[in-house]
Amino acid sequence: MSTEVPPTRMNQQIFKVKKKAAESGHKLLKKKADALKVKFRDYAKQIAETKGSMSSDASSAFFSLTQAEYAAGNFKQKVAEGSMTARIRVGAGVDNVAGVKLPVFTPFETGATADNQSLGLVGGGKKIVAVREKFSHLLQILIKLASLQTSFQTLDEALKVTNRRVNALENVTIPKIQKLLDYILRELDELEREDFTRLKLVQSAKEAHQKEAEAEKKKLIAAGKYKHADKANEEDITAQFDAQDDADVVF
Amino acid sequence: MEAAGKLIAVIGDEDTVTGFLLAGVGHRTASGSNFLIVKSDTQQKTVEDAFKSYITRDDIGIVLINQHIANNIRHVLKDYNQTIPTVLEIPSKEHPYDPAQDYIMQRVNMFLTGGSGD
Repeated sequence: MSTEVPPTRMNQQIFKVKKKAAESGHKLLKKKADALKVKFRDYAKQIAETKGSMSSDASSAFFSLTQAEYAAGNFKQKVAEGSMTARIRVGAGVDNVAGVKLPVFTPFETGATADNQSLGLVGGGKKIVAVREKFSHLLQILIKLASLQTSFQTLDEALKVTNRRVNALENVTIPKIQKLLDYILRELDELEREDFTRLKLVQSAKEAHQKEAEAEKKKLIAAGKYKHADKANEEDITAQFDAQDDADVVF
Repeated sequence: MEAAGKLIAVIGDEDTVTGFLLAGVGHRTASGSNFLIVKSDTQQKTVEDAFKSYITRDDIGIVLINQHIANNIRHVLKDYNQTIPTVLEIPSKEHPYDPAQDYIMQRVNMFLTGGSGD
């Protein structure tokens, strides 16, 4: 790419601006990555805790189920039969954290009628109610856990993407622009030096020419053949600018 | 399903599913249900198919699955990376919760103990 960009001052300005933009973008992204990381750590901790407590809630729920079986007999089959409508559903909401949209689950009741109301009529009704409660409680915790989990996964992705962009800026874009700027600077310096050298050459050539002309004039004056400047004014003046004599003027 | 929320699907052994059905997650219509009772004679393919169907349905928000069953279809779970529905591994009566097997917990621990590596 450095060979395609002509080393002009305008380009130098353009790329200086680009470099500034890339650097400030890099700084902002780094900040975002740090904020995301903090949140990520937060979620990771919460998940670890909640899963632990969920485990004990689950065991107690299963225990109550066993108790109910003992009291009410085998009701499991009856539960699974028949048509049923869900009483608990989850709403999928979106939460905005450090610029990242995270999915969140909120439980809500549909208000549908409870099925199997007649389950515990023969015996152990209370125990069955206890099972319902325990599992409902467990469900609430699980819904919260599901929220944490999805947020965690989404944050994970966002963190990866942001880090990737930070690294890309740091290791590819900014060094590239820097190299380009260095190249332009070098070339401009080179051109300046060339110009300077050429000017010096022209100057010395002109001086030499001037000295010759002076010497000629002196000879002519001595020989009395020198034409005065007033008489052939136009000729002399145009002769001064005669392009054919000047070696360094190229048309 | 005109209801605003999403359903919670359950793939588990009889006890697990019964418990959650009592809590009210079960939903069954003519097109299908959102739970699968996995018994000792249930084919692994049935479990896989049920799981695949739950995650492709857009009316399911969460899939609860017993951990020991999750282990049997671990190869399917490994490739799963959708955000919704989210897959949650839960313990069963016989198999208490083992965080080492839970994919999410592995990620959590890797992050917490692996330090602040970027």
